[in-house]
Amino acid sequence: MSDTVLGIQYDGGVLIACDQSNARSILLYQTNIDKIKELTSHTMMGVSGPNCDLVNFTEYIEKNLNLYELENDGTKLSTKAQANFCRNTLATALRKGPYQVDVLLGGYDTVKKQAELYFMDHLAALQKVSYNAQGYAAYFCLSIMDRDYIKGLGYDDALEIMNKCIKALHKRFLLSQPNFIIKIVDKDGVRVVSVGADPADT
Amino acid sequence: MSIMSYNGSAIIAMAGKDCVGIAADRRLGIQLKTVSTDFTKTFQMQPKLFVGLAGLATDVQTLHNLLEFRMSLFKLREERDMPPEVVNNLLSTLLYEKRFGPYFVEPIVAGLDEDNKPFLSCMDLIGSSVKANDFVVSGTCTGNMFGMCEALYRPDLNPDELFEALAQSLLSSVDRDAMSGWGGVVHIITKDGVMTKELKGRMD
Repeated sequence: MSDTVLGIQYDGGVLIACDQSNARSILLYQTNIDKIKELTSHTMMGVSGPNCDLVNFTEYIEKNLNLYELENDGTKLSTKAQANFCRNTLATALRKGPYQVDVLLGGYDTVKKQAELYFMDHLAALQKVSYNAQGYAAYFCLSIMDRDYIKGLGYDDALEIMNKCIKALHKRFLLSQPNFIIKIVDKDGVRVVSVGADPADT
Repeated sequence: MSIMSYNGSAIIAMAGKDCVGIAADRRLGIQLKTVSTDFTKTFQMQPKLFVGLAGLATDVQTLHNLLEFRMSLFKLREERDMPPEVVNNLLSTLLYEKRFGPYFVEPIVAGLDEDNKPFLSCMDLIGSSVKANDFVVSGTCTGNMFGMCEALYRPDLNPDELFEALAQSLLSSVDRDAMSGWGGVVHIITKDGVMTKELKGRMD
Protein backbone atom coordinates (compact mmCIF):
# COMPACT_ATOMS: atom_id res chain seq x y z
CA MET A 1 0.00 0.00 0.00
CA SER A 2 2.82 2.39 0.74
CA ASP A 3 4.55 2.07 -2.62
CA THR A 4 3.40 4.53 -5.24
CA VAL A 5 2.83 3.47 -8.82
CA LEU A 6 1.21 5.89 -11.29
CA GLY A 7 0.34 5.08 -14.89
CA ILE A 8 -1.10 7.12 -17.77
CA GLN A 9 -1.78 5.90 -21.30
CA TYR A 10 -1.60 8.63 -23.91
CA ASP A 11 -1.88 8.65 -27.68
CA GLY A 12 1.15 6.62 -28.79
CA GLY A 13 2.59 5.43 -25.48
CA VAL A 14 2.37 4.80 -21.77
CA LEU A 15 4.03 6.64 -18.89
CA ILE A 16 4.62 4.88 -15.58
CA ALA A 17 6.05 6.53 -12.49
CA CYS A 18 7.17 4.80 -9.29
CA ASP A 19 8.62 6.07 -6.07
CA GLN A 20 12.19 4.99 -5.41
CA SER A 21 12.00 4.16 -1.71
CA ASN A 22 12.75 0.67 -0.42
CA ALA A 23 11.53 0.50 3.14
CA ARG A 24 10.22 -1.95 5.70
CA SER A 25 8.50 -0.90 8.93
CA ILE A 26 10.47 2.05 10.33
CA LEU A 27 13.62 1.36 8.36
CA LEU A 28 14.45 2.96 5.00
CA TYR A 29 16.90 0.68 3.18
CA GLN A 30 17.48 2.82 0.10
CA THR A 31 15.97 5.69 -1.85
CA ASN A 32 17.17 4.89 -5.33
CA ILE A 33 15.51 1.58 -6.18
CA ASP A 34 14.00 1.05 -9.63
CA LYS A 35 10.55 -0.55 -9.31
CA ILE A 36 9.65 -0.36 -12.98
CA LYS A 37 10.79 -3.57 -14.64
CA GLU A 38 11.22 -3.96 -18.37
CA LEU A 39 9.52 -7.19 -19.36
CA THR A 40 10.16 -7.21 -23.10
CA SER A 41 11.31 -4.65 -25.63
CA HIS A 42 7.90 -2.94 -25.61
CA THR A 43 6.38 -3.62 -22.19
CA MET A 44 7.17 -2.53 -18.67
CA MET A 45 5.61 -3.16 -15.30
CA GLY A 46 5.50 -0.79 -12.33
CA VAL A 47 5.24 -2.87 -9.16
CA SER A 48 4.35 -2.16 -5.53
CA GLY A 49 4.81 -4.58 -2.67
CA PRO A 50 7.51 -6.30 -0.60
CA ASN A 51 10.85 -6.29 -2.37
CA CYS A 52 11.12 -10.09 -2.36
CA ASP A 53 7.83 -10.59 -4.19
CA LEU A 54 8.57 -7.66 -6.49
CA VAL A 55 11.85 -9.18 -7.63
CA ASN A 56 10.68 -12.80 -7.78
CA PHE A 57 7.46 -12.04 -9.62
CA THR A 58 8.93 -9.68 -12.20
CA GLU A 59 11.95 -11.86 -12.90
CA TYR A 60 9.73 -14.93 -13.32
CA ILE A 61 7.48 -13.08 -15.79
CA GLU A 62 10.41 -11.51 -17.65
CA LYS A 63 12.27 -14.81 -18.07
CA ASN A 64 9.16 -16.71 -19.15
CA LEU A 65 8.23 -14.08 -21.73
CA ASN A 66 11.78 -14.29 -23.06
CA LEU A 67 11.52 -18.10 -23.15
CA TYR A 68 8.34 -17.85 -25.20
CA GLU A 69 10.13 -15.72 -27.77
CA LEU A 70 13.02 -18.18 -27.93
CA GLU A 71 10.74 -21.21 -28.20
CA ASN A 72 8.45 -19.67 -30.81
CA ASP A 73 10.92 -18.45 -33.37
CA GLY A 74 10.96 -14.82 -32.26
CA THR A 75 7.17 -14.36 -32.06
CA LYS A 76 6.42 -11.58 -29.61
CA LEU A 77 3.42 -11.80 -27.31
CA SER A 78 0.98 -8.88 -27.48
CA THR A 79 0.62 -6.59 -24.47
CA LYS A 80 -2.80 -8.14 -23.78
CA ALA A 81 -1.31 -11.63 -23.84
CA GLN A 82 1.52 -10.61 -21.53
CA ALA A 83 -0.93 -9.02 -19.10
CA ASN A 84 -3.06 -12.16 -19.08
CA PHE A 85 0.04 -14.30 -18.55
CA CYS A 86 0.84 -12.17 -15.48
CA ARG A 87 -2.74 -12.54 -14.29
CA ASN A 88 -2.70 -16.31 -14.66
CA THR A 89 0.62 -16.58 -12.80
CA LEU A 90 -0.73 -14.45 -9.97
CA ALA A 91 -4.10 -16.25 -9.88
CA THR A 92 -2.49 -19.70 -9.75
CA ALA A 93 -0.14 -18.59 -6.98
CA LEU A 94 -3.02 -16.95 -5.08
CA ARG A 95 -4.19 -20.13 -3.41
CA LYS A 96 -0.73 -21.67 -3.06
CA GLY A 97 1.79 -18.98 -2.15
CA PRO A 98 0.52 -15.56 -3.14
CA TYR A 99 2.69 -12.75 -4.48
CA GLN A 100 1.67 -9.59 -2.65
CA VAL A 101 2.26 -7.33 -5.62
CA ASP A 102 0.01 -4.70 -7.17
CA VAL A 103 1.09 -3.79 -10.69
CA LEU A 104 0.51 -1.42 -13.54
CA LEU A 105 1.59 -3.01 -16.81
CA GLY A 106 2.15 -0.67 -19.75
CA GLY A 107 3.03 -1.68 -23.27
CA TYR A 108 3.05 -0.62 -26.91
CA ASP A 109 1.56 -3.16 -29.28
CA THR A 110 3.71 -2.95 -32.42
CA VAL A 111 1.16 -4.89 -34.48
CA LYS A 112 -1.99 -2.97 -33.54
CA LYS A 113 0.10 0.21 -33.22
CA GLN A 114 -1.46 1.29 -29.97
CA ALA A 115 -0.47 1.77 -26.36
CA GLU A 116 -2.19 -0.17 -23.59
CA LEU A 117 -2.15 0.11 -19.81
CA TYR A 118 -3.33 -2.68 -17.51
CA PHE A 119 -4.18 -2.48 -13.81
CA MET A 120 -3.74 -5.65 -11.73
CA ASP A 121 -4.20 -5.93 -8.00
CA HIS A 122 -2.55 -8.56 -5.79
CA LEU A 123 -5.64 -10.81 -6.02
CA ALA A 124 -5.15 -10.97 -9.82
CA ALA A 125 -8.08 -8.88 -10.95
CA LEU A 126 -7.00 -7.52 -14.35
CA GLN A 127 -8.51 -4.51 -16.09
CA LYS A 128 -7.44 -2.42 -19.07
CA VAL A 129 -7.46 1.27 -18.09
CA SER A 130 -6.50 4.67 -19.50
CA TYR A 131 -4.86 5.76 -16.25
CA ASN A 132 -4.67 4.51 -12.69
CA ALA A 133 -2.57 4.39 -9.55
CA GLN A 134 -1.58 1.75 -7.02
CA GLY A 135 -1.17 2.16 -3.28
CA TYR A 136 -2.20 5.00 -1.01
CA ALA A 137 -1.18 7.33 -3.82
CA ALA A 138 -4.43 6.40 -5.56
CA TYR A 139 -6.40 8.29 -2.95
CA PHE A 140 -4.47 11.45 -3.83
CA CYS A 141 -3.85 11.05 -7.54
CA LEU A 142 -6.89 9.36 -9.09
CA SER A 143 -9.04 12.47 -8.77
CA ILE A 144 -6.32 14.62 -10.38
CA MET A 145 -6.17 12.16 -13.27
CA ASP A 146 -9.99 11.98 -13.49
CA ARG A 147 -10.11 15.75 -13.83
CA ASP A 148 -7.26 16.35 -16.27
CA TYR A 149 -7.22 13.25 -18.47
CA ILE A 150 -8.85 13.57 -21.88
CA LYS A 151 -8.96 10.90 -24.54
CA GLY A 152 -6.27 11.34 -27.17
CA LEU A 153 -4.01 13.52 -25.10
CA GLY A 154 -0.34 13.73 -26.02
CA TYR A 155 2.97 12.97 -24.30
CA ASP A 156 3.49 16.47 -22.90
CA ASP A 157 0.04 16.62 -21.31
CA ALA A 158 0.46 13.15 -19.85
CA LEU A 159 3.82 14.07 -18.32
CA GLU A 160 2.26 17.26 -16.93
CA ILE A 161 -0.48 15.24 -15.20
CA MET A 162 2.16 12.86 -13.85
CA ASN A 163 4.20 15.71 -12.41
CA LYS A 164 1.04 17.26 -10.92
CA CYS A 165 0.33 13.97 -9.14
CA ILE A 166 3.88 13.70 -7.82
CA LYS A 167 3.69 17.30 -6.57
CA ALA A 168 0.43 16.51 -4.78
CA LEU A 169 2.02 13.48 -3.12
CA HIS A 170 5.06 15.47 -2.03
CA LYS A 171 2.80 18.05 -0.45
CA ARG A 172 0.11 15.90 1.16
CA PHE A 173 1.22 12.28 1.50
CA LEU A 174 2.46 11.42 4.98
CA LEU A 175 5.22 9.10 3.80
CA SER A 176 8.22 10.89 2.40
CA GLN A 177 8.91 9.70 -1.14
CA PRO A 178 11.38 12.29 -2.44
CA ASN A 179 12.54 10.40 -5.52
CA PHE A 180 10.43 9.21 -8.44
CA ILE A 181 11.48 7.32 -11.53
CA ILE A 182 9.40 7.85 -14.67
CA LYS A 183 9.62 5.52 -17.66
CA ILE A 184 7.97 5.65 -21.05
CA VAL A 185 7.08 2.94 -23.55
CA ASP A 186 6.19 3.83 -27.13
CA LYS A 187 6.98 2.58 -30.62
CA ASP A 188 10.69 2.96 -29.90
CA GLY A 189 10.59 0.76 -26.80
CA VAL A 190 11.10 1.31 -23.10
CA ARG A 191 13.31 4.11 -21.79
CA VAL A 192 13.75 6.33 -18.76
CA VAL A 193 12.21 9.80 -18.81
CA SER A 194 13.44 11.08 -15.48
CA VAL A 195 15.03 9.71 -12.36
CA GLY A 196 15.07 11.07 -8.82
CA ALA A 197 18.18 9.20 -7.77
CA ASP A 198 20.30 7.02 -10.04
CA PRO A 199 19.45 3.33 -9.33
CA ALA A 200 22.92 2.28 -10.44
CA ASP A 201 24.54 4.37 -7.73
CA THR A 202 25.24 1.87 -4.96
CA MET B 1 -15.68 -6.70 5.06
CA SER B 2 -17.00 -9.76 3.31
CA ILE B 3 -14.93 -11.25 0.53
CA MET B 4 -18.04 -11.43 -1.65
CA SER B 5 -18.43 -7.65 -1.45
CA TYR B 6 -14.72 -6.80 -1.87
CA ASN B 7 -15.12 -5.81 -5.51
CA GLY B 8 -18.89 -5.21 -5.78
CA SER B 9 -21.32 -6.51 -8.39
CA ALA B 10 -24.97 -6.69 -9.42
CA ILE B 11 -26.38 -9.08 -12.02
CA ILE B 12 -30.01 -9.77 -12.99
CA ALA B 13 -31.34 -12.21 -15.57
CA MET B 14 -35.00 -12.33 -16.66
CA ALA B 15 -37.08 -14.48 -18.96
CA GLY B 16 -39.51 -13.19 -21.55
CA LYS B 17 -41.55 -14.70 -24.35
CA ASP B 18 -38.99 -16.75 -26.33
CA CYS B 19 -36.23 -14.47 -25.11
CA VAL B 20 -33.94 -13.98 -22.09
CA GLY B 21 -32.11 -10.95 -20.87
CA ILE B 22 -29.12 -10.48 -18.61
CA ALA B 23 -28.05 -7.18 -17.10
CA ALA B 24 -25.01 -6.28 -15.01
CA ASP B 25 -23.37 -3.23 -13.50
CA ARG B 26 -19.90 -2.09 -14.66
CA ARG B 27 -18.05 -1.26 -11.47
CA LEU B 28 -14.73 -2.74 -10.45
CA GLY B 29 -13.90 -1.50 -6.98
CA ILE B 30 -11.44 -2.32 -4.26
CA GLN B 31 -13.52 -1.86 -1.15
CA LEU B 32 -14.40 1.83 -1.06
CA LYS B 33 -12.23 2.82 -4.04
CA THR B 34 -13.55 2.57 -7.63
CA VAL B 35 -10.88 1.31 -10.00
CA SER B 36 -12.73 0.97 -13.28
CA THR B 37 -16.16 1.63 -14.78
CA ASP B 38 -16.05 -0.87 -17.62
CA PHE B 39 -15.42 -4.19 -15.93
CA THR B 40 -17.10 -7.11 -17.72
CA LYS B 41 -19.11 -9.53 -15.61
CA THR B 42 -21.33 -11.04 -18.30
CA PHE B 43 -19.78 -13.31 -20.88
CA GLN B 44 -21.28 -14.57 -24.11
CA MET B 45 -20.11 -18.17 -24.05
CA GLN B 46 -22.21 -19.23 -27.05
CA PRO B 47 -24.46 -17.53 -29.62
CA LYS B 48 -27.51 -18.00 -27.38
CA LEU B 49 -25.96 -18.34 -23.95
CA PHE B 50 -24.63 -15.87 -21.42
CA VAL B 51 -22.96 -16.51 -18.09
CA GLY B 52 -22.95 -13.76 -15.48
CA LEU B 53 -20.38 -13.98 -12.69
CA ALA B 54 -20.83 -11.92 -9.52
CA GLY B 55 -18.35 -11.86 -6.66
CA LEU B 56 -14.58 -11.56 -6.31
CA ALA B 57 -13.18 -10.10 -9.55
CA THR B 58 -10.14 -12.37 -9.74
CA ASP B 59 -12.33 -15.47 -9.45
CA VAL B 60 -14.79 -14.00 -12.00
CA GLN B 61 -11.90 -13.89 -14.48
CA THR B 62 -10.43 -17.26 -13.44
CA LEU B 63 -13.80 -18.99 -13.69
CA HIS B 64 -14.52 -17.36 -17.05
CA ASN B 65 -11.23 -18.74 -18.37
CA LEU B 66 -11.97 -22.19 -16.90
CA LEU B 67 -15.48 -22.22 -18.36
CA GLU B 68 -14.23 -21.05 -21.76
CA PHE B 69 -11.71 -23.92 -21.69
CA ARG B 70 -14.20 -26.60 -20.70
CA MET B 71 -16.89 -25.41 -23.12
CA SER B 72 -14.41 -25.26 -25.99
CA LEU B 73 -13.32 -28.84 -25.22
CA PHE B 74 -16.97 -29.95 -25.22
CA LYS B 75 -17.52 -28.24 -28.57
CA LEU B 76 -14.47 -29.93 -30.08
CA ARG B 77 -15.39 -33.37 -28.79
CA GLU B 78 -19.16 -33.36 -29.28
CA GLU B 79 -19.37 -31.02 -32.30
CA ARG B 80 -22.39 -29.22 -30.88
CA ASP B 81 -23.10 -26.27 -28.60
CA MET B 82 -23.39 -26.95 -24.90
CA PRO B 83 -27.05 -26.77 -23.81
CA PRO B 84 -27.73 -24.30 -20.98
CA GLU B 85 -28.69 -27.07 -18.59
CA VAL B 86 -25.35 -28.78 -19.16
CA VAL B 87 -23.49 -25.49 -18.61
CA ASN B 88 -25.39 -25.13 -15.35
CA ASN B 89 -24.30 -28.60 -14.24
CA LEU B 90 -20.71 -28.03 -15.35
CA LEU B 91 -20.47 -24.82 -13.36
CA SER B 92 -22.03 -26.52 -10.38
CA THR B 93 -19.43 -29.31 -10.51
CA LEU B 94 -16.53 -26.91 -11.05
CA LEU B 95 -17.54 -24.95 -7.96
CA TYR B 96 -18.17 -27.96 -5.71
CA GLU B 97 -14.75 -29.41 -6.59
CA LYS B 98 -13.40 -26.49 -4.54
CA ARG B 99 -15.85 -27.12 -1.69
CA PHE B 100 -13.28 -26.42 1.06
CA GLY B 101 -11.48 -23.59 -0.72
CA PRO B 102 -14.11 -22.15 -3.05
CA TYR B 103 -14.13 -19.68 -5.90
CA PHE B 104 -15.87 -16.61 -4.50
CA VAL B 105 -18.38 -16.22 -7.30
CA GLU B 106 -22.13 -16.69 -7.54
CA PRO B 107 -22.86 -17.39 -11.21
CA ILE B 108 -25.97 -16.92 -13.29
CA VAL B 109 -26.65 -18.91 -16.46
CA ALA B 110 -29.06 -17.33 -18.94
CA GLY B 111 -29.79 -18.67 -22.40
CA LEU B 112 -32.12 -20.27 -24.89
CA ASP B 113 -32.21 -24.05 -25.16
CA GLU B 114 -32.44 -26.01 -28.42
CA ASP B 115 -36.18 -25.25 -28.71
CA ASN B 116 -35.48 -21.55 -28.09
CA LYS B 117 -37.18 -21.76 -24.71
CA PRO B 118 -35.70 -19.52 -22.00
CA PHE B 119 -33.35 -21.06 -19.43
CA LEU B 120 -32.39 -19.29 -16.20
CA SER B 121 -30.42 -20.52 -13.24
CA CYS B 122 -28.29 -19.16 -10.45
CA MET B 123 -26.07 -20.79 -7.88
CA ASP B 124 -24.13 -20.07 -4.74
CA LEU B 125 -20.34 -20.15 -4.41
CA ILE B 126 -20.22 -23.91 -3.80
CA GLY B 127 -22.40 -24.84 -6.73
CA SER B 128 -25.90 -25.41 -5.40
CA SER B 129 -28.04 -24.29 -8.29
CA VAL B 130 -31.67 -23.42 -8.72
CA LYS B 131 -33.64 -22.92 -11.94
CA ALA B 132 -36.29 -20.24 -12.35
CA ASN B 133 -39.01 -19.32 -14.82
CA ASP B 134 -39.07 -15.62 -14.07
CA PHE B 135 -35.84 -14.01 -12.87
CA VAL B 136 -32.59 -14.65 -11.01
CA VAL B 137 -30.28 -12.19 -9.24
CA SER B 138 -26.75 -12.22 -7.87
CA GLY B 139 -24.39 -9.71 -6.32
CA THR B 140 -23.99 -7.30 -3.42
CA CYS B 141 -27.53 -5.88 -3.52
CA THR B 142 -29.66 -8.99 -4.02
CA GLY B 143 -32.28 -7.68 -1.58
CA ASN B 144 -32.81 -4.58 -3.70
CA MET B 145 -32.81 -6.57 -6.93
CA PHE B 146 -35.35 -9.14 -5.71
CA GLY B 147 -37.69 -6.34 -4.69
CA MET B 148 -37.36 -4.47 -7.99
CA CYS B 149 -37.75 -7.60 -10.11
CA GLU B 150 -40.82 -8.76 -8.19
CA ALA B 151 -42.41 -5.38 -8.79
CA LEU B 152 -41.52 -4.93 -12.46
CA TYR B 153 -41.66 -8.50 -13.80
CA ARG B 154 -44.63 -9.81 -15.79
CA PRO B 155 -44.73 -13.15 -17.64
CA ASP B 156 -44.35 -13.26 -21.44
CA LEU B 157 -42.60 -9.95 -22.00
CA ASN B 158 -41.45 -9.21 -25.55
CA PRO B 159 -37.77 -8.22 -26.06
CA ASP B 160 -38.35 -4.46 -25.79
CA GLU B 161 -40.51 -4.78 -22.66
CA LEU B 162 -37.95 -7.20 -21.20
CA PHE B 163 -35.16 -4.71 -21.81
CA GLU B 164 -37.14 -1.98 -20.04
CA ALA B 165 -37.94 -4.20 -17.05
CA LEU B 166 -34.33 -5.38 -16.72
CA ALA B 167 -32.80 -1.94 -17.11
CA GLN B 168 -35.10 -0.25 -14.60
CA SER B 169 -34.73 -3.10 -12.08
CA LEU B 170 -30.94 -2.93 -12.27
CA LEU B 171 -30.60 0.83 -12.16
CA SER B 172 -32.93 1.32 -9.20
CA SER B 173 -31.30 -1.53 -7.28
CA VAL B 174 -27.71 -0.36 -7.69
CA ASP B 175 -28.56 3.26 -6.90
CA ARG B 176 -29.05 2.23 -3.29
CA ASP B 177 -25.89 0.12 -3.11
CA ALA B 178 -22.50 1.72 -2.62
CA MET B 179 -20.56 -1.24 -3.99
CA SER B 180 -22.29 -1.63 -7.36
CA GLY B 181 -23.39 0.57 -10.21
CA TRP B 182 -21.22 3.05 -12.16
CA GLY B 183 -23.01 2.15 -15.39
CA GLY B 184 -24.80 -0.90 -16.70
CA VAL B 185 -25.06 -3.22 -19.67
CA VAL B 186 -28.05 -5.26 -20.85
CA HIS B 187 -28.01 -8.18 -23.29
CA ILE B 188 -31.29 -9.47 -24.75
CA ILE B 189 -31.03 -12.91 -26.36
CA THR B 190 -33.60 -13.98 -28.94
CA LYS B 191 -33.50 -16.78 -31.51
CA ASP B 192 -32.43 -14.17 -34.09
CA GLY B 193 -29.49 -12.82 -32.15
CA VAL B 194 -28.27 -10.76 -29.24
CA MET B 195 -29.06 -7.09 -28.65
CA THR B 196 -26.66 -5.28 -26.35
CA LYS B 197 -27.34 -1.88 -24.84
CA GLU B 198 -25.28 0.22 -22.43
CA LEU B 199 -27.16 1.94 -19.61
CA LYS B 200 -26.60 5.51 -18.53
CA GLY B 201 -26.94 5.63 -14.79
CA ARG B 202 -25.72 7.50 -11.73
CA MET B 203 -21.92 7.44 -11.70
CA ASP B 204 -21.53 7.19 -7.99
